[in-house]
Amino acid sequence: MKNNNKYIDELIQKHNFDKTKLLKILLEIQENSEQNYVSKEDIINLSEKLKVPLSQIHEVTTFFSAINTEPKGKYIIQLCDSTVCRLSKNYIAKDELEKELNIEMGGTTKDNLFTLEYVACFGACDRAPAMRIGKKVYGNLDKEKISKIINELRGDLNE
Amino acid sequence: MNKTVSFVTDNFNKYDGLNIKKYIEIGGFSGLKKLIEKGPDFVISELKETGLRGRGGAAYPTWKKWDMGKKRIAKDKYILCNADEGEPGTFKDRELLDKDPYSVLEGMIIAGITIGSVKGYIYIREEYPNIQDKVAKCIENARNEGVLGESVLGTDYSFDIELYTGAGAYICGEGSALIESMEGKSGRPRNKPPRIGTKGFMQVPTMVNNVETFSYVTAILRYGSEEYANYGTSESKGTKLISLSGNIKNPGMYEVPFGVTFYDVIYTIGGGMKSDSPFKFLQLGGVSGPIMQKYILNTPITYENTSAYGLPIGSGAITVGDETNNVVEFLLGVQKFFVHESCGKCTPCREGNIQLKQLLLKLNDGTITEEEVIRIERISNTMKIASLCGLGQTAPTAILSVIRYFTNDVYKKVGFHVDFDGDLVKHYLENMKIDMSQIKLKYTEFEY
Ligand code: SF4
Ligand code: FES
Repeated sequence: MKNNNKYIDELIQKHNFDKTKLLKILLEIQENSEQNYVSKEDIINLSEKLKVPLSQIHEVTTFFSAINTEPKGKYIIQLCDSTVCRLSKNYIAKDELEKELNIEMGGTTKDNLFTLEYVACFGACDRAPAMRIGKKVYGNLDKEKISKIINELRGDLNE
Repeated sequence: MNKTVSFVTDNFNKYDGLNIKKYIEIGGFSGLKKLIEKGPDFVISELKETGLRGRGGAAYPTWKKWDMGKKRIAKDKYILCNADEGEPGTFKDRELLDKDPYSVLEGMIIAGITIGSVKGYIYIREEYPNIQDKVAKCIENARNEGVLGESVLGTDYSFDIELYTGAGAYICGEGSALIESMEGKSGRPRNKPPRIGTKGFMQVPTMVNNVETFSYVTAILRYGSEEYANYGTSESKGTKLISLSGNIKNPGMYEVPFGVTFYDVIYTIGGGMKSDSPFKFLQLGGVSGPIMQKYILNTPITYENTSAYGLPIGSGAITVGDETNNVVEFLLGVQKFFVHESCGKCTPCREGNIQLKQLLLKLNDGTITEEEVIRIERISNTMKIASLCGLGQTAPTAILSVIRYFTNDVYKKVGFHVDFDGDLVKHYLENMKIDMSQIKLKYTEFEY
């Protein structure tokens, strides 16, 4: 936790103690956390150092979908469930992902490696059905593609 | 007539979207140079000449907005580029920022110098992290090249651009909600007045335009308003970016001249349906737009036509569904989206969307009563009239279009039939005309 403290100090400094950079700072904290979330301690810490009321940060973290306040898996697999992906039968991808990971939509694998969740459209509708893992978008999903992607991610972890 | 054209997309694939030297080599910043040479009034008159309208959805004339921005007397003014593209089925801003980001930045500089602002912001949605990285690099390159900074291209004008990012909220596409989120607050629309043109980011007058609008300004200044007017119809000059998606053979972003028909877009450009199943419906302008039957296919896409038919072009999204889909199920997807994205600030939208979802579920499993079908309409109308911002006002558009005109899908399961009319198409158009014009009025009011 101590390390984290220092990390937040540096982050705030990098953003010149600018309160309007709150979203960016929160997203960066999340990106650098092991489990893709902003912890209570982080929020308290940030509130003191950036001099933004705790209530405001709490409101912001709960308002925005991209910020998690609960721990998630190392990889968050985000399957689009908006109109175009639904037209393109995204439920096939959902079933395959659930089978492949052995969890239900919304769940996290026991080893904390994968979280599977539905998200709203992220603008890859020309490649529907699509999913997002971190910065990467995978489109035109079918069963083969999905099992290949998951296997590759698992492979990364074993290296 | 050519079905697809390249006016605003002319630079696509001529450079990698990063190399600023190459952008200059292919004519980059010549629009900006024209402004420096001929002055701000020239820009406004060129824009007026073209009739260019905002491409974020509200379709407000760009020259009017800029003229007002220019005439506003204030110590500081900001330019804001709205790249929070969140409308399902829309991905044109993503393409523009990926393939020709400098044209967007150039448009922002042109806006800044025109209205007398020295600072611009670009707000890019969280869902486009690679685009954020790219634009950040482009801003850096532009500074190094002397295009941004203290002295723009060696003149006395100064202008700089800063990048902000969203965090996954559709409502932040609404200008005042976007600004709230930039200020480190949750992104809920502000009560108006004051409009953001008067009191925007940090209370400073802020002129917001969409990514596509900025890119068009750059192209219009570069090639001239006359060249732009070579495309399109007399009332809707020029071209438009269309995001085509759904059960279609060639989904993608296309630039088309105004005046092509939906048929052209779907069949000639999009290659028709992906499977053997025939066309069933299209949704225009993303989830907040109406769902139309095949009767619409022969209609030319122009502002005058679509508003006469009560169809807002909106962001230019066209999502196509084939016969294998049940429209009510499709609507459930639309409604799930709105329930999730309503910011909760006002009651008609917050509660209305939840109620509509419950009623739709009943409609879908066939347990709805006649009275409840009528209630759908009542709730929808209340939302249209009483919601605080465009989200709540447009959320029920799709539902209303479906319960009236996709009668087979809607009433097949329930065993009764609420008969709205014999002549479906005519009735539909008449109804939508009245309804949508009311909505449009609201848009104009809330534009600033
Ligand atoms: S209409 Fe909906 S999104 Fe807009 S302010 Fe009201 S609750 Fe929020
Ligand atoms: S609807 Fe799925 S990415 Fe847009």
